Amino acid sequence: MSNILEIKNLSVSYGGIEAIKGISFDVEEGKIVTLIGSNGAGKSSTLRSIAGIVKAKHGEVLFEGKNILGMSPDQIVKHGVTLVPEGRHVFPNLTVLENLKIGAYLRKDNIADDLEYVYSLFPRLKERSWQLAGTLSGGEQQMLAVGRALMARPKLVMMDEPSLGLAPIVVQGIFDIIRQINKEGITVLLIEQNANMALKVADSAFVMQTGEITLSGTGAELLANEEVKEAYLGKKK
Amino acid sequence: MNLTIDHILAGISAGGQYALIAIGYTMVYGILRLINFAHGDVFMASGLIIVYLTTAMPLQYAIPVVIIATVFIGFLIERAAYKPLRSAPRMSVMISAIGVSYLIQNLALYITGGLPQTYPAIPWISDSVELFGAVTKRVTVVTPVLTLVLVVALVVLIRYTKIGMAMRAVSKDFETSQLMGIKINKVISTTFIIGSFLAAIGSLLYFSSYQSVTPTSGAMPGLKAFVAAVFGGIGSIPGAVVGAFVIGICENIIKSSTEFSIFSDAFTFALLIIVLCVRPTGIFGEKTTDKV
Repeated sequence: MSNILEIKNLSVSYGGIEAIKGISFDVEEGKIVTLIGSNGAGKSSTLRSIAGIVKAKHGEVLFEGKNILGMSPDQIVKHGVTLVPEGRHVFPNLTVLENLKIGAYLRKDNIADDLEYVYSLFPRLKERSWQLAGTLSGGEQQMLAVGRALMARPKLVMMDEPSLGLAPIVVQGIFDIIRQINKEGITVLLIEQNANMALKVADSAFVMQTGEITLSGTGAELLANEEVKEAYLGKKK
Repeated sequence: MNLTIDHILAGISAGGQYALIAIGYTMVYGILRLINFAHGDVFMASGLIIVYLTTAMPLQYAIPVVIIATVFIGFLIERAAYKPLRSAPRMSVMISAIGVSYLIQNLALYITGGLPQTYPAIPWISDSVELFGAVTKRVTVVTPVLTLVLVVALVVLIRYTKIGMAMRAVSKDFETSQLMGIKINKVISTTFIIGSFLAAIGSLLYFSSYQSVTPTSGAMPGLKAFVAAVFGGIGSIPGAVVGAFVIGICENIIKSSTEFSIFSDAFTFALLIIVLCVRPTGIFGEKTTDKV
């Protein structure tokens, strides 16, 4: 399998402070790849610069071999990369159905099949399709945010902390969906503070610390790694 | 008191004119959280442009040209004075808006030499008609009807079209809208275009009832429309329309009384103070129910 995404020497800084210090990593097509690390490690900045929301200082982001760094967010969506933002950010003043439709904003073809697909993943959303998204529970909003990101028919979905603030049972449900959409061919780049959950589903994983990648390996390797265990899984040596 | 059907009709008509201006304020506020102080002056500029246009071309061409010119001015102001400040603090954009307002007023002063310009009489709508026993210009009747038609069209656009959905999304969250592939600058430009278009129509109706345009003609109707937008709940289109009609009708009722007629403007601004004290979100202002 080839790499769908290659990050080369990516740097991002905010007002002179370097948040990402020249990181490089690859995402293999059809896999689940995770970046784990504590608050402020630069995980979100990495995803946001891939999505075109944050301007990078230098580096390259090759998506299917083409540099997408510096493109506008809408061009990046058009290429097939979507981001589920941290904190869900559904549009509270739009209905559930409208939130899904807006996920397909750039598409001009028929989206009926995709709606059915998202509703089959999250039957709860179908029941609530006419409800304003602001009235949904946190878990339902996360489902909606994931469903919305799928409506653009992406090849790569990036997820920023999908487990944030959700009950364990809901988190389990979200991770089951991540596995399922991945089986259906969508590559997933996941960042998480819930390292345990993330490493269990990930094919490969990278640990980020203060803007740099300090460790990498398969999910299982990092789960067994002593440093990771101590720092992120809360286990004493 | 000598309240007659005249005053009520004039009130409804004034309400329609304020409503067409107020929508521009409320839509821009809804998306950018900006009070576009230049909006009243765009309205005035639209009135002046047609004065000069009619010296060069017949009215049936001048009307569409002035509408296009006004829309273009609104678009240009946003691109030149607000867009470069997109990530600046909100205060900077507001100061820029005040600057644009003075720029337009002074340009108008320079061009007109400060003399009131006679507004061309638009046939048919300037004709006199008799209604419920009162004689009035036809524009008095046309204004509220046209206003309501345009408002309904606008509400349909915002509720049922793709660009309308994008406008609602952008008004809540710039960044997430971008993640959906929405070009926010295009949506913001569309908002200014719609606002200026309605101001141009409002200008045609307003100046047809008042007959002359001066460089400060936009200030008072602009302020009153702004009060209407705040009264209705700034950001809400139905709110702006209801607010505008309330203000237009109340003003003209006050004008009908011999003792209090000079207080009609004071009433409007007293209303602003009361609304800001008692219910700052206005009648239709949104309660924030967002989940964190």
